[in-house]
Amino acid sequence: MAYTEEELKKELETKEYEYGFYTDITSDTLPIGLNEDVIIAISKKKEEPDWMTAWRLESYKYWLEMVEPNWANIKYKKPDFQAISYYSAPNSKPKYNSLDEVDPELLDTFKKLGISLDEQKKLAGVAVDIVMDSVSVATTFKKTLSEKGIIFCSISEAIKEHPELVKKYMGSVVPQKDNFYAALNSAVFSDGSFCYIPKGVRCPMELSTYFRINQAGTGQFERTLVIADEGSYVSYLEGCTAPSRDENQLHAAVVELVALDHAEIKYSTVQNWYPGNKEGKGGVFNFVTKRGLCEKNAKISWTQVETGSAITWKYPSCILKGDNSIGEFYSIAVTNNFQQADTGTKMIHLGKNTRSTIISKGISAGKSQNSYRGLVQVNSRAENARNFSQCDSLLMGNECGAHTFPYIEVKNKSAQIEHEATTSKIGEDQIFYCNQRGIPTEKAIALIVNGFSKEVLNKLPMEFAVEAQKLLEISLEGSVG
Amino acid sequence: MDLKEKLISSFMAFESDVDLDHPVHDIRSMAIKNFERKGFPTKKEEAWKYTSLNGLQKIDFTIFPKETNALEYKDVKKYFLHEIDTYKIVFIDGIYSSYLSETTHDGVDICLMSSALTKPMYEAIIDVYFNKIASRDESLTTLNTAFSREGAYIYIPKNKMPKKPIEILHFATGNEATLLLQPRNLIIAEENAELQVIERHQSLTTNEVLTNSVTEIFAAKNAIVDYYKVQNNVGTASLIDNTYIDQKDKSVVKVHTFSFGGNLTRNNLNFYQNGEYIDSTLKGVTILGEKQHVDHCTLVHHKQPNCESHQDYKGIYGENSTGVFNGKIVVDKIAQKTDAFQQNNNILISDKATINSKPQLEIFADDVKCSHGCTIGQLDENALFYLRSRGIPKKEAQALLMYAFANNVLESVRIPELKTRINKLIANKLGVNLGFNL
Repeated sequence: MAYTEEELKKELETKEYEYGFYTDITSDTLPIGLNEDVIIAISKKKEEPDWMTAWRLESYKYWLEMVEPNWANIKYKKPDFQAISYYSAPNSKPKYNSLDEVDPELLDTFKKLGISLDEQKKLAGVAVDIVMDSVSVATTFKKTLSEKGIIFCSISEAIKEHPELVKKYMGSVVPQKDNFYAALNSAVFSDGSFCYIPKGVRCPMELSTYFRINQAGTGQFERTLVIADEGSYVSYLEGCTAPSRDENQLHAAVVELVALDHAEIKYSTVQNWYPGNKEGKGGVFNFVTKRGLCEKNAKISWTQVETGSAITWKYPSCILKGDNSIGEFYSIAVTNNFQQADTGTKMIHLGKNTRSTIISKGISAGKSQNSYRGLVQVNSRAENARNFSQCDSLLMGNECGAHTFPYIEVKNKSAQIEHEATTSKIGEDQIFYCNQRGIPTEKAIALIVNGFSKEVLNKLPMEFAVEAQKLLEISLEGSVG
Repeated sequence: MDLKEKLISSFMAFESDVDLDHPVHDIRSMAIKNFERKGFPTKKEEAWKYTSLNGLQKIDFTIFPKETNALEYKDVKKYFLHEIDTYKIVFIDGIYSSYLSETTHDGVDICLMSSALTKPMYEAIIDVYFNKIASRDESLTTLNTAFSREGAYIYIPKNKMPKKPIEILHFATGNEATLLLQPRNLIIAEENAELQVIERHQSLTTNEVLTNSVTEIFAAKNAIVDYYKVQNNVGTASLIDNTYIDQKDKSVVKVHTFSFGGNLTRNNLNFYQNGEYIDSTLKGVTILGEKQHVDHCTLVHHKQPNCESHQDYKGIYGENSTGVFNGKIVVDKIAQKTDAFQQNNNILISDKATINSKPQLEIFADDVKCSHGCTIGQLDENALFYLRSRGIPKKEAQALLMYAFANNVLESVRIPELKTRINKLIANKLGVNLGFNL
């Protein structure tokens, strides 16, 4: 047991970041620093209407008055917001009609990621909206989708072509002044995805988008807005990988989901930003605000696999406003070396008969710190609210930490709330049991880690589960299996 | 003048009354400086997120009661555990009452903090223990430290055990319209020593009383300490109880908190495990109504390997009451093989009651077994129906289920008479007579 754990730890430490490559595409980068002129310049570059520019400037004004939050259980050197370039776009901004026209170097990048576009197109039937350094480069399957009336495009396109929807919903779930990073994002967001599913439409395929941070010294500020109109359904996938960089890169995204009456949104994330090297140098700062609003009978389900980033600060939340609405949160967070993660969810029960489920699995190895921070709030009018939370942590090695900070606030007597959390290492009896049955210790550890996270992995869409498992392997399992 | 300023200026008056050359006075001066810097905690602080002291700060508390008051035993007998013989350390409006007390120096020291702090024979012990485990940073604790003068002092030498349980009682007579009490207790159990303590604060009128109490408990190797806090005060009395416990190898410390009364009650219960094979138990039953507010803020800090901790807090909240449970378990890197368990179960029986629960784990060691559970719910409808279908009236049936709910905590009470007493208090609080005891 001790032997393999040692070995496992060693392997984990020496495991290099496999996706750390740099695509040499000439980018169009704004000078570093942030002021009103930069915001106006971003807005101009993106050919945005005036109301958008005004909205950005308003957010900037809020941001100036805010201070960085420091309540999270993470330690880091605060980024210098004046030392970041707020815009970086691949230079030759092509509009492709087919995949063949795409820069072969770019396609190569995606091949290295293991998601070649054509493969996905053929095998998985996934439409991919690829965001590379903030600007949407290729959107596939747009035609199939538009036949159903589904709008799936980059947010900058949506601002130009569907201003009424953007105006109505942007900032409705995450207001500009919600928090420090949300305000920053509202001011400088470079691009992101926009998705609208019309009434009663069931989106025929998984929608997917890939983010990467490519240019050194650029922050990534993408903004995602998903609107599911009454009775519609969409499953949305988001994946993130970033190449190897030595200085810390800032990533402050905002994701807003709106599920109108009877709608359902399933939002899955695999996040594998560069976590820094084994000395804890470099890595991405991931400060993300994700929130969904559920109207009557609506359902929002967040699934996330977090394996990357030097620092993760992320709380995908559900506001269960409508009666009978459902919120779900399934998460695996893996931290290794010097990674720090403070992640969890918020379930705000406002409507009657609302239900929420939280399953969070944390795995910490190396010298990492992994925290779960969650809030379950039942307001006085939320009759018969129901919540079940489970937070399990697995510790590997004695230099890491696992922490749980659940907040439970209940103001209604008919609420039923259950919360349980456990922290343990892989039990020797479990290993022994496997050994007894002829399974070698290494395999047994892989088996147990896999079993530990299975509950969440099962919630991922098929195509994505493979990808997620691959990432888990890179972070942990590969070294023991 | 607000309460903070009043306290700071009262410190000067206080200084004219105590021996300024005594080493303890340096500790006091440091403490008042800290309080001056920090002031009363506000809701902005994470540990006070759900409890506000604003209301209390508006009251113009009397800090030094003018006269000594006497009470007749027959008038206050019911507040004592009179069914059995006990040692008693009794304070009336913060001043020791030798008439009601029963102290001893026979083999063990069960006496007063004021004598321990002034008599030379205690100087060595005070030097080793006083203010060693209590926080020097937390503002209310330092406020108490600054004004520390009176309270209970209990010293049990090696291999000794007092013949009977010790009761610490604080009466507020209401002779002052408002009163701020700051008792300071020091309890030391040397190797293999064992003792049982029951602490109670009782206000005899409906005048405003605020008690800011600090208790330091030191349990040496193999020592056993049983501590019971009975909180059933009148609705105009508030209590901030700060208890700090230092445990050495193989010691066993159990603290039971029964919170039924009072206006605002805040229990800061801190366990520090400075040895191996330690057992710490924290249990509580809270039953509230009206606008009562109870906040249990616990910390168990596992600093050495092979220790255990058990926490079990049950709460029943009615009317407009608010309950807070803020439990924290910290496991240091070297504290391998820790077995820590934390449980918080709550029942809301009114639409206007609120419960805020925050059970936290901070774990830095890998070979540990740590878990916590928290539930908020109602009485089981099926169980209620079962009882009622057998002719038990609704109210009694509900009470029966609540008894069962709280029983886990009650059954580890080791003084039978106290258990009976708590049973009666619960029955009173629930307004039923079940005609039996658990």
